[in-house]
Amino acid sequence: MEKILLKLCVNGETCQVAVPPNKLLLDVLREDLGLTGSKRGCDDSSCGCCAVLIDGTPMLSCVALAASYAGAEITTVEGLAPPGELHPVQEGFAVSGGAQCGYCTPGFLIATKALLDRNPQPTLEEIREALSSNLCRCTGYMQIYESVRLALERWQQVPRTAAASPTAAQGSQ
Amino acid sequence: MQAFEYAEPKTLKEALGLLSSRWGETEILAGGTDLLSLMKNYVATPRRVVNLKSIAELRGVAETSEGLRIGALTTVQELLEDRRLARFPALTAAAQGITSPQIRNMGTIGGDLCQRPRCWYFRNGFGLLARDAQGRALVPEGDNRYHAILGNDGPAYFVSASSFGPPLIALGARVRIAGPNGTREMPLSEFFVIPKNEGEREIALHPNEILTDVFLPAAASELRNATYEVRQREFLDWPLATASVALELREGTVRRASIVLGHVAPIPWQAGAAAALLDGKALTEDLADQAGEQAVAAAKPLSKNRYKVQLARVAVKRALLAAAQGGA
Repeated sequence: MEKILLKLCVNGETCQVAVPPNKLLLDVLREDLGLTGSKRGCDDSSCGCCAVLIDGTPMLSCVALAASYAGAEITTVEGLAPPGELHPVQEGFAVSGGAQCGYCTPGFLIATKALLDRNPQPTLEEIREALSSNLCRCTGYMQIYESVRLALERWQQVPRTAAASPTAAQGSQ
Repeated sequence: MQAFEYAEPKTLKEALGLLSSRWGETEILAGGTDLLSLMKNYVATPRRVVNLKSIAELRGVAETSEGLRIGALTTVQELLEDRRLARFPALTAAAQGITSPQIRNMGTIGGDLCQRPRCWYFRNGFGLLARDAQGRALVPEGDNRYHAILGNDGPAYFVSASSFGPPLIALGARVRIAGPNGTREMPLSEFFVIPKNEGEREIALHPNEILTDVFLPAAASELRNATYEVRQREFLDWPLATASVALELREGTVRRASIVLGHVAPIPWQAGAAAALLDGKALTEDLADQAGEQAVAAAKPLSKNRYKVQLARVAVKRALLAAAQGGA
């Protein structure tokens, strides 16, 4: 199949990939850029495992063509914090047991990051609503909501500019 | 997903030039939440995909002398956040009813109106009219739990999946369509059609046309309006039955009413007789109940979807009461 040359901006870094036009953003992230944090769950926009931030907004990379997002700022779970460090959202999930099998966790982290960027004082109802695109089949929702609450506490202690800027990921080309 | 050529035109004219005059050869991409799913399942196998996202004129909401103009590429989330739409609770409730924030971030109003039915026969490649090799309809004898209870005399048994269709029709919306020979406009109620043959679609769009704008008439902002949706799951689910209503109330009396049911027929279903029942009367709970009963009086449930009759009836009643109380 004929390929197209794409310039994608992922986790603050511009990368060039040659991909067929029918390649999903999810697969380009995972296969071409080695960013395997984003997961293929339902593969049909019903579970949120593949969620990434596109210009700061959470979207589903399993129903997105990579070709459509050239020029957009894409943030994956790998871009939340520099290697070896944890974003407050990741800290919240680690401390409160927000991950069980862990498969849905990257999607939840992305959705939580987007929520806190937009609404740093969410109510429980707002948290549930913001995370309602994401399914956890271990059904650990109570720990997830607790993780978001803790993330919120830690988020408020971090200088906003440092936490908000996406950092370069270590994508293997 | 089958291989295709990808195009991202900058203008409407350029986009129109890229579309085939035959269904299936080219597909229009907006938010992608429906199209990508269809392509992954080989239900849609276009040789070219035309992404509209770089066409700026298709985006955004504008106030005009005749009312609100909503560009087809406006996302569901943008509609929810637009204060000018707050006076249309029928519309915002339908937007909230698209119960995944991530789909609301991607999906567009044009995509909602043009999305293909969720009928599982169709999604699994058995065609829009779901017939076997002998041409017999599969739905009446098959798993028809989520199929039509109205407008289901055949050959179509699927239900329209549009969330915005019913509230927009209740509010008197029109749509503009651009094609190779210029633009045309029609009431949204005429945009949805019940196909008679397998080659036909469930919307009046031609394969080489693009839905560009939705117009909400200025008079719509005077209408009390509401949408009530019944669904199985709180999140990530399509409704089982919905009702959108718009009422002109004067001194507590209904002067004009519009009732449109969703997810019960191959098109958004206008319950004209039920709406007429309200004329000149005060909207009491009793009257709302009677209108609900009237709205489903002609329902012909299939073997496994009788439950939808009651859901639709109650949806009408609750939408009417919500609208009378100021919308919800």
